Formats: sequence, structure tokens, C-alpha cells
Amino acid sequence: MGRENSLTVQHVTKYHTSPQGDRLCVLSDVNLTVEPGEFVSIVGPSGCGKSTLLRLILGLDTDYEGRILVGDQPVTRPGLDRGIVFQEHRLFPWMTVFENVAFGLSEHAAHRRDTVRHYINLVGLSDFENAYPHQLSGGMRQRVAIARALVSQPQILLLDEPFGALDAFTRVQMQQELIRIWSQEGTTMVIVTHDIDEAVYLGDRVAIMSKRPGTFRKEYAVRLVRPRDHGSDDFLQIRRAIHREFFGEVEVPFAYTI
Amino acid sequence: MAQEDRVELAPVRPRIRWRPAPSALLLTWVTPLLLVGAWEMAVARGLVRPTILPSPTTISSTFVDLLVSGELFHHLSISLLRVVAGFLAGACTAILLGTLIGLSQAAARATGILLGVLRPIPMVAWVPLLILWLGIGESSKVALIAIGTFWPVLLNLVHGIRSTDRKLLEVAQVLEKDRLTLLRRVVFPSAMPSLLTGLRLGVGIAWTSVIAAELLGADRGIGFLIAYARELLQVDVMFTGLVTIGITGSLIDFSIRKLEERLLRWNPDLEGGR
Repeated sequence: MGRENSLTVQHVTKYHTSPQGDRLCVLSDVNLTVEPGEFVSIVGPSGCGKSTLLRLILGLDTDYEGRILVGDQPVTRPGLDRGIVFQEHRLFPWMTVFENVAFGLSEHAAHRRDTVRHYINLVGLSDFENAYPHQLSGGMRQRVAIARALVSQPQILLLDEPFGALDAFTRVQMQQELIRIWSQEGTTMVIVTHDIDEAVYLGDRVAIMSKRPGTFRKEYAVRLVRPRDHGSDDFLQIRRAIHREFFGEVEVPFAYTI
Repeated sequence: MAQEDRVELAPVRPRIRWRPAPSALLLTWVTPLLLVGAWEMAVARGLVRPTILPSPTTISSTFVDLLVSGELFHHLSISLLRVVAGFLAGACTAILLGTLIGLSQAAARATGILLGVLRPIPMVAWVPLLILWLGIGESSKVALIAIGTFWPVLLNLVHGIRSTDRKLLEVAQVLEKDRLTLLRRVVFPSAMPSLLTGLRLGVGIAWTSVIAAELLGADRGIGFLIAYARELLQVDVMFTGLVTIGITGSLIDFSIRKLEERLLRWNPDLEGGR
């Protein structure tokens, strides 16, 4: 895999201007390098600018200082080289599953039908090609959103709290599915989440963001073989360390009562 | 693929059963039947004079007579033709203008005051002016119907276009769609439910205004049938006209609802009827 699948964020600083004209620093000197084929998790409390960072990477907002590169190309506008899955599925309700996924392709793409079928199959929805989004469950809708983001074979897939609105069971299933898709497709992936467990389960690395102004504070390498076990000692140790990072030492009063 | 997601394709929301139970069916018919029964009795017992209020049986036999002679159909088709012409003219103008206003802030500003002043003018207020400009013939009637249709279609379409989900527009932007694709695949489908509501209201108003126009001055049409029957004191014919208007109006409404259901299969709000 070539360098073109890497993502580089260099010294990115971003201000929001309030309607009163006050400038608020949302991102301060953010640096991040994602290697080709890597899976990076970004965790942080709400309001730390995680989603803003993704918007900048997407090219939806270009009003910032610093540089963002995909491969060695600077990001100037949205493009099919970066796919995105949002927290809300954002499917078009008037399109069938097939049409929604096909909408993710460029107009000039060759073999449209086969490509679309391949990705619908990849997310396990072959039997639901002609269903409308309102006929699907929450998890299924999110699968369609993933297929739509992947169908143009982007260099990088960005995921903005993609499973945040799902119930706990479906969420774990979707995490497993995402890892399967990642290893099958080899796409570079960056997930933003506030779920520490999810971050550790998915990421090769977990980058910790702090709030006001948002910046990367620390990074944990997760050197665990996949499939990972949410309950293993190593897993829990990393989880605990990250938890501590946010909430400090937790007092365990009953330890003293014995 | 996870087991949980292998559910059958069932509608997510609970469905209100549209096929009514036999008792419910009875209930829908019992009120009108009782009323007609009481009316028939009242006329038979001489409580009301038949010259003011003829009995239902008289009305229905007049209805059948007019139907068989083809006279009713003749007037009805004239009225319907006027409605179709006026509705098409009004709806097409409204769709063109509404698209422009919905999409462009500049167009909205440029037309804001004009539309604001014109909209509150009741339809009948246009009649004298339309007669002066276009005469008493077909064109003034068609113009009146067009004006009536224009407003609900325009307002609903503009609302529909403006309320396109910003998040969906953002998706289209991320997927590098050009403006035309954006309109065709995102904005218009999203505005479709509103547009259809506008069209349904518009056709209702069109049907109302054709009768009004024909009552005021015409030599054919259902409205004329009623006005002429009044001069001849044929109360049963007047009632026949009213019943025809009612039945035709509800048939038009019914068919537009069916069209809505067909076009908006994707819309969960429409499922199970209303």
C-alpha cells in the first residue's frame, strides 16, 4: 500500500467566531499522523473539537491554520478520497438501500452495479437491496451508511461516533463488523468516539483529546491481537489507564473495609 | 452478519389498521343513512314542503334521469375541463416560481412584498376584474381557477424546498455532487410530500372556484345547472348539482391521496393511511 493512504494533520489551530464576535479557540496546535491501513481512535469529552477536526479533514471547513494532507495532497475541499460515517445514518429516505449506496459513487464510475452489490454484500445486507431506510433497524441503517462511505473506495474512512446512537448489543456487533471490514478492505480508518471501550477495541492507537482548547494530550498504542477480548487483562489495563487519564484515580472504599 | 439484524422487513411503527372491522363499517354508514331516513319521513309526513326540500327519493330519481339523459355528464365534463385547464396553469406557474423562490434568497426578497400583498386577496374579489379583462367566457373562469390553485401549491413547495435537511445536503456535498444532481436527487424528493399536499389543497380550491365562477355567469357546467334550476324553481335539480359536486370533489381528493401513497412509498409517515 502506498503513501497516498496516509493522513497528516500538522499544527492545526481553529477558531470559532461567536455571533457576538468573540473568538473561541476550538482546536489548538493539533498534530496527528495516521499511517496507511492504520486504525486510529480519537477519544475525548464532548465539546473537545473531535467532530470539528473531522469536518476539517473532510474539507467542509477550510478556515483554519496549519496543514492537512491526504497522502501528499493538501485538503482543500470535500472529495471521494475521504469517506465519512456520521452518528446519524444520514441516509436519503426516498432512496432504496441500493440507491443510497450507489449515490456514494461518482457519476462516471465504471461497473456501478457490481461495485454497489459488492459493498452491500460486504456489510451483509444483500437481501435488503430494495428496502427503504425506514424499513431497517438502526444497526442496519448504519451498515448502509458504511457501505455508502466505502463504495467509492476512499483512501481514508472517517467515522464520527458512528455507533453512538445504537443500543449496547448492536454496538458491540457493529464494532466486530467494522474490524472485519477493515481487515478485508485495508482502508485507513479514523474513528472519533467518547466510548473508551470502543476506542481500545477498535484502534491500533488511541489518541486522547482534551478540551478547551482541543488538542491531543496523549497517545496509547494498543498492541493486542485481534479479535480482541473486551474482558482480557491487557485490554482492561489499557482501558483503565485511559479512564484514569480523564477521571483521575478512582477511590475504592471497600478495599479498606476488609 | 449479525443475527439480530436478520429481522423481517416489517414496518417499524405500529400500523393503524385501515381495513375497518364490520362494526366500524356500520358506524360510518349509520349516520348518513339515519339522516336520509329522517329526511324522507319528514317529507312524506308533510312536515316540509317538497318545493323547498324535495325527498331523497325524488332527488335520486332526478339524479338518475339527468345521468341517463347525459345532461349531467355534459355539465360535469365542462366543469372538469375548466378545472383541469385552470389547475394546470396555476400549478405549473406555482411550481416554476416556487422552485425559484425556494432556492434563491434573491428571488425570495424580490417577490416578498408583491406576494405578501397579493395573497390575502380573496378569490371572489378577482372576479369583476377578470370579467372586465377576459370577458365572461372560458378564459376568465380558467384564470380564476388558476389563481386559486396557485397559492397553496406555491406556499407548500417553497416550504418543502426550504426545509430540506441540512445534514443531507452536507452528505451530497461530501459525495461531490454537482448542483443539478443535488436538486434532482435531494432537494426535490425532499420537497415532494409538501408539494403533493399543496397540489391536493390546490385541486380542492380549483373545484370550489369553478362552481363559484359558473354560478356567477356561465351557460354550461355544474354551477350553471344549479343557477338555472333556481330560476326554474327545480329544487331537485339543484340538489342533484350539489350531490354531484360533493361526490366529484371527494373522488378527486381520493385519487390524489392514492397518487401520494404511490409516490411517497418511502415516507414512513404515510404508511397505513391517514
